[in-house]
Amino acid sequence: MNRFDYVRAGSVAEAVAAAAEPGAVYLAAGTNLLDLMKGSIARPGRLVDVTHLPGLDRIDHLPGGGVRIGALVRNSDLAYDPDFAKSHPAVAEALLSGASAQLRNAATVAGNLLQRTRCPYFYDPASACNKRDPGAGCDARGGETRLHAVLGWSEHCIATHPSDFCVPLVSLDAVVEVEGTSGAREVPLDALHRLPEDRPDRETVLEPGDLIVALRLPAEAAGFAGHSRYLKVRDRTSYAFAVVSASASLRLEGGRIGEARLALGGVALKPWRARAAEAALTGAEPTERSFARAAEAALAEARPSGDNAFKIELARRLIVRTLTLAADGTPERMPALPASAFSGDALHA
Amino acid sequence: MTFRLTLTVNGEPRAIELDDPRVTLLDLLRERLGLTGSKKGCDRGQCGACTVLVAGRRVNSCLALAVSLDGADILTIEGLARGDALHPVQSAFIEHDGFQCGFCTPGQIMSAVGLIREGQAGDDPERIREGMSGNLCRCGAYIGITQAVLDAQARMAGATQGDAA
Repeated sequence: MNRFDYVRAGSVAEAVAAAAEPGAVYLAAGTNLLDLMKGSIARPGRLVDVTHLPGLDRIDHLPGGGVRIGALVRNSDLAYDPDFAKSHPAVAEALLSGASAQLRNAATVAGNLLQRTRCPYFYDPASACNKRDPGAGCDARGGETRLHAVLGWSEHCIATHPSDFCVPLVSLDAVVEVEGTSGAREVPLDALHRLPEDRPDRETVLEPGDLIVALRLPAEAAGFAGHSRYLKVRDRTSYAFAVVSASASLRLEGGRIGEARLALGGVALKPWRARAAEAALTGAEPTERSFARAAEAALAEARPSGDNAFKIELARRLIVRTLTLAADGTPERMPALPASAFSGDALHA
Repeated sequence: MTFRLTLTVNGEPRAIELDDPRVTLLDLLRERLGLTGSKKGCDRGQCGACTVLVAGRRVNSCLALAVSLDGADILTIEGLARGDALHPVQSAFIEHDGFQCGFCTPGQIMSAVGLIREGQAGDDPERIREGMSGNLCRCGAYIGITQAVLDAQARMAGATQGDAA
């Protein structure tokens, strides 16, 4: 780990000023940052510790029906908040399917949004990586690409975004509240992460000093509570990143789908909202045929970035399964194995 | 630059001076406070051998900077027993053969204590296995570990009822 200056911020304004300096990064729980620093992948000159900032660890249920989640709320605290888990079950299930209990107890919601890719070539300082070293090339191309992107990738980068949490969030129109050197602003979560194009080193639209202070879900998001699921296919049943994941939320009206929300994880460098599939589902009957049509629409633009064509078919089948489970209704209790396709209820769909 | 912080470690207030902000909680415990029960396995948050409770919650001490935890209450494996009387989770691990080589055991036990405090798993072995998935055991003592957690939880629930009566 490189040497760094440690600054403990006493206020948001102080944090923003300290982090706007070149080489500075924010420290929250550090569960991803310290891992990257131990591997010399991240070498920040200054850590601005925001964990002692007051007021950023609250979950506020807003008068109009929305929810405002402070940036420092721990992943497990959000997932186990009874009101939140009831109104946003797919988000709670996604949270509990990620990482381990120890990591969820420490990691913050803003840290989850800003975690870096787990592409093994990004994590290996001996490999060329355009994300770490712009213009160096991408050793993942032609390498071990089983888990890499099938949507939105470029010749410069085929990595994926690893978050589970972001997948239902992006489908439910989550908004990020940001404080920066020029004041406060809001960024839709769907616009926070950038696709790689020719600059995979530019991962988000955030500028130096920008601090995420909260995450907001609009009132409409809770309208899907009765028919929301998150499913995640992984190489082992627990404590693994997604090969492919899907979040499906439906509003059923008189035997038809009034409104649908669908997003995929593990397929692109950002949480992937499947808007064409949502449009295909609107007004349709909740049948396997409708779900298969939606799956086709969601993957219409997909192409393998290497030896990963299987992920495209896997994603189609997972969409059908997740929509089927969502249509059946949100389970009364969180499944014993959150988001697992091997949970009792998921096996029969 | 010297960083001064105060921690409560196993019930005792400790004033700590760090000459380097890079010290993790795990390295502080092992190298500077002589508490070597918490183990350094992967040092990357993947194995769980370093698990301790911070403010009553289980975390990976290898992925926390000590300087950031100023004011925190830390419980390690050394603080679990009351004198010679083992904590129910410790006793249950012995009775159910919840280990073989023992390297992962302090982390397993602290994680189990955290899991029982969280109160989410109940008496469902599947939920306990899921809740303990952040702790790897290379000897494969998982069957004994699950039984130990179930048994300890039942005993602690019984003891709580007894206290209340």
